[in-house]
Amino acid sequence: MLSQYAFIGVFAVVAFALPVIGLLLAWLLRPKKPNPAKNATYECGVETIGDTWVQFKAQYFLYALIFVVFDVEAVFIFPWAVAYDRLELFALVEMVLFVAILVGGLLYAWRKGALEWH
Amino acid sequence: MDFIRDFFVNLANAWTTWISGGLPPWAVTVVNYLVVGIILVLMPVIATLTLTWMERKVIGRIQNRIGPNRVGPWGIFQAIADAVKMLIKEDIIPDNADRPVFNLAPILIAAAAALLWAVIPFGRGMIGQDLNIGALYLIAIGSISTVAVLMAGWSSNNKFALVGAFRVVAQLLSYEVPMVLSIAAVVLLAGSMKMGQIVEGQVVPFGLVLPLALIIYLLAAIAETGRAPFDLLEADSEIVAGYFIEYSGLKFGWFYIAEYSNLMAVSAIATTLFLGGWRGPGVAAVPALGPFYFAAKTLVVIFVLMWIRGTWPRFRIDQMLAFAWKALVPASLANLLWIAVMLKLPVPPGVQWALMLAGNIGILAVTLGLLGQAAQRHAERQGLVGA
Repeated sequence: MLSQYAFIGVFAVVAFALPVIGLLLAWLLRPKKPNPAKNATYECGVETIGDTWVQFKAQYFLYALIFVVFDVEAVFIFPWAVAYDRLELFALVEMVLFVAILVGGLLYAWRKGALEWH
Repeated sequence: MDFIRDFFVNLANAWTTWISGGLPPWAVTVVNYLVVGIILVLMPVIATLTLTWMERKVIGRIQNRIGPNRVGPWGIFQAIADAVKMLIKEDIIPDNADRPVFNLAPILIAAAAALLWAVIPFGRGMIGQDLNIGALYLIAIGSISTVAVLMAGWSSNNKFALVGAFRVVAQLLSYEVPMVLSIAAVVLLAGSMKMGQIVEGQVVPFGLVLPLALIIYLLAAIAETGRAPFDLLEADSEIVAGYFIEYSGLKFGWFYIAEYSNLMAVSAIATTLFLGGWRGPGVAAVPALGPFYFAAKTLVVIFVLMWIRGTWPRFRIDQMLAFAWKALVPASLANLLWIAVMLKLPVPPGVQWALMLAGNIGILAVTLGLLGQAAQRHAERQGLVGA
């Protein structure tokens, strides 16, 4: 069982090695002639104004918050789905209740306007 | 003849016998893992060359153009010319970039795209490793690319890249939920997260039993790979190229290869979960046919995704996120519960599956009806049609 993950480990090393080898090869082959204009931030020819790492609107953050709830839900749904044919009818009732609570959360977010783009 | 019947597995066995002559068993395992790993990592890179050519040809034809036709017959060497160009192009790192993160992002995204292939079954017994959490592994590895894209967008110190990265957070996270729920529907039906067992369980392809889950998976997969019509994270007419605007040369190349590797991976996953994977007529007698069926089905899915890209205009971000949360998530939750109820009905499996199909079509019809009503109300509010 655990030895299966040895393959994933070896595979991960190979998967990370390939792009690194590719970039090393490109580093050997490519020219390198930097100058200030070339290395400036690209904004379609207009010089950039102010700092880039500014405070940004929290709109995107709200989606991430709702996502966390549903991702945790997935962690519960997958074991339930695998063991479902061995479980009693109670498992179904339990999952209906669980999903009902989540849908309640989704409806709350919806009514509060968290799913609207402003 | 027997060797040909199960060609790939026999080839692997012959190889193992050959190298185990002079090596201890643990070394044979390590060498085999390395060989499989290198094949699985190189395959998407090489297939990318073909796929970029195919995509340009397909989209060219859809847009009444010829597509690439200069480099080699029908332009088939165009992709190789592009690869050489990317390899020898100067690498530009903007002065204010966060260098370690900037350099790590393309490596991470390429590695994450390659890691997906570890649990995809190409044929019976032809799988990197049939993990008992295969489906969950795909979801977990799939979300690494979100981090990589965010790293690229943040470290570039460019406002376009930053906007692209923030869109990534909203878009990839939103579409991850319906994707996970539609995969959960398949896991529920198959009773296993092992990719091999999911394929073995598909006497009837699950796409015929759960068409709604297949549609939701494909829509979410388009959004997860950031392709048109959900390509807001790199919308060229708004934010130029989004998160990889400052990348050039092979660093950009790895983003590009990862995009096509992901396109192939989501098509292969759709094939495995919904279209019966390597199953097809004659596979029981000649197992070597399996990989060809698998490749053919995957290519059909890839073609459909290219077709969608060539025909739909880009969505606006508010429409796109509303579509995920207000249409896809409720529909896939209803679908999941419907399947769970059907599985507990005391009737034979054939009847259960027919009822699941009926429920799927019903949920699809209700979802489309509600979407239509919402669009109607929106048009009336905007004064586009007479109230």
